[in-house]
Amino acid sequence: MRTGVQRTSALVVGAGHAGLAISHHLAASSIDHVVVERGEVGHTWRTERWDSLRLLTPNWQARVPGLAYDGADPDGYMDMAEVVAFLERYARLVAPPLEPRTIVESVRRKGAGYEVVTDRGVWHAATVVLASGGFNVAKVPPFADALPGFVEAVTPIEYRRPSALREGGVLVVGASATGVQIADEVHRSGRPVTLAVGEHVRMPRTYRGKDILWWMDRTGLHDERYDEVDDIVRARRVPAPQLVGTPERATLDLNALTDQGVRLVGRLVGFVDGKAQFSGSLRNKCTLADLKLGRLLGTIDEWIAEHVRDEEVEPAERFAPTRVDESPPLALDLAREGIGTVIWATGYEPDHSWLHVPVLDHRGRLRHDGGVVTGSPGLYRIGLNFLRRRKSSFIHGAGDDARDLVDHLAAHIGARAPAKVA
Amino acid sequence: MSATPEKPAENGVNVEALLGAREALGETPEAGKFVWRATNEWLHGTHSRSSVEGYFGLGGEHAHKSTFGFESDHPLVFAAEDNAATPVEIVLVGLASCLTAGVAAVAQNRDIQLRSVKATVEADMDIAGILGADPDVRNGFSGVRVKYDIDADADADDIEALIAQSQKRSAVFDILTNPTNVTVEVG
Repeated sequence: MRTGVQRTSALVVGAGHAGLAISHHLAASSIDHVVVERGEVGHTWRTERWDSLRLLTPNWQARVPGLAYDGADPDGYMDMAEVVAFLERYARLVAPPLEPRTIVESVRRKGAGYEVVTDRGVWHAATVVLASGGFNVAKVPPFADALPGFVEAVTPIEYRRPSALREGGVLVVGASATGVQIADEVHRSGRPVTLAVGEHVRMPRTYRGKDILWWMDRTGLHDERYDEVDDIVRARRVPAPQLVGTPERATLDLNALTDQGVRLVGRLVGFVDGKAQFSGSLRNKCTLADLKLGRLLGTIDEWIAEHVRDEEVEPAERFAPTRVDESPPLALDLAREGIGTVIWATGYEPDHSWLHVPVLDHRGRLRHDGGVVTGSPGLYRIGLNFLRRRKSSFIHGAGDDARDLVDHLAAHIGARAPAKVA
Repeated sequence: MSATPEKPAENGVNVEALLGAREALGETPEAGKFVWRATNEWLHGTHSRSSVEGYFGLGGEHAHKSTFGFESDHPLVFAAEDNAATPVEIVLVGLASCLTAGVAAVAQNRDIQLRSVKATVEADMDIAGILGADPDVRNGFSGVRVKYDIDADADADDIEALIAQSQKRSAVFDILTNPTNVTVEVG
């Protein structure tokens, strides 16, 4: 425990890839700062993800300011140990002024800056950058409490591996990246999976011979800015695409799961008398995702037609529509079906419970303009879905966002104390 | 690109007003809370009359331009007088009307000129449910099918996307596909 209040121009909460990228740019602008980390570098990747998880993004896409992947397998996908090793290497390079194993308990406005109370002392910071992750808390639906008592509920943050689940059927709720990946490995473990499917984003792992994310990168789709899209509120809510990083570069869409024997049902809407009830909208949700995939592939094909010679790429391809049963079940008796586990793959939220600054809307979401927090000068956020660009929540998305936000931060403290900024 | 600008689509939907309303709701979410109402009165047999007069929304009471009346009855094969459509048929009317309104609004927003939009709705129902003859048969529809016939300045993919989006934003589609808490009281 340190005594007395320490002062800094910028306090960064979190030493993941985003916090380290911010530190890199702060150092480059000669802005004194401190990075406060609740555990060690890359804490979330070390402690809050399941065993088999690999990044959705290929290795060549692992690039942060000052460091890019230079290993032997650019088309592979890092497992968690490799992600942590990559971040440790990045931390050695950035060499941030790090306060590890320090938990932020409260951030409050004080004077023209912020008072940050941690379990190891109090800081006064002219500016604060929240780089504490966008996926800290598992969201569960409001009716989760009505789950029958004999069913065990597991969130993806708690989930580690299929063998830790009890035997028997499993209902996986949600078909974004997390839901399809967990459904896949749980079903393979011999626990029959029913997958409740709401709005989702369908993508093949590879298209025309390249990773789908390679095309999104090359076509500029990943660089699309938050102030250029039609509806940023909606864009920020788009679930993670149905992708998985495997050595086989396999596609893991709903048809792949159906082929394995996973049963698809509509969005879970509640529990009544021990029965789970599902929406009758499954066909519509699948059609919407198929149409959206067709538009994405069309955009890529147009880009290829303009920029690449035909013989250099594989021919265009369209994927079979998602197969949906004629009448998928609308209700399942969990006991009769032998379903003893529900996995809530219903999304994640950032944890802002320690942020005692009135900047959250009525739903508890941070109000910000591309990461510049609204109504509280000197407060910044990085690492949320589509914060400034479509790629913002990816590792390679942190660099551009960190540069923009540090430019803004430098101007902000420069305006107050011009002599201090180099 | 052609030098002559094309005439913008005109389907008679004020999309600017709708988008403006959505923007305004971001600031004042309370204004978005609506209450819809209908009254219903028994006439004779299974024949009844409903009316729709006013509703609450945007923070205040509103009256329709006039009071709208609806009658409902059951058909002769149910040993009723068949004075009007059955309630389940009125549900189909509600679904089709809602989806068609959505098609027009989405088309307007996407600058697609509509020339004709026709829907046919069918619902399957086993009356063993409502008669209490088989406890495993539900009372309501076992399936609903809507078929659209659309003539518009758009290709087949765009028209399919119109239909998909209108379902996504439809209140009645949601009401039919998702359970809703309903309370019925006396007094």
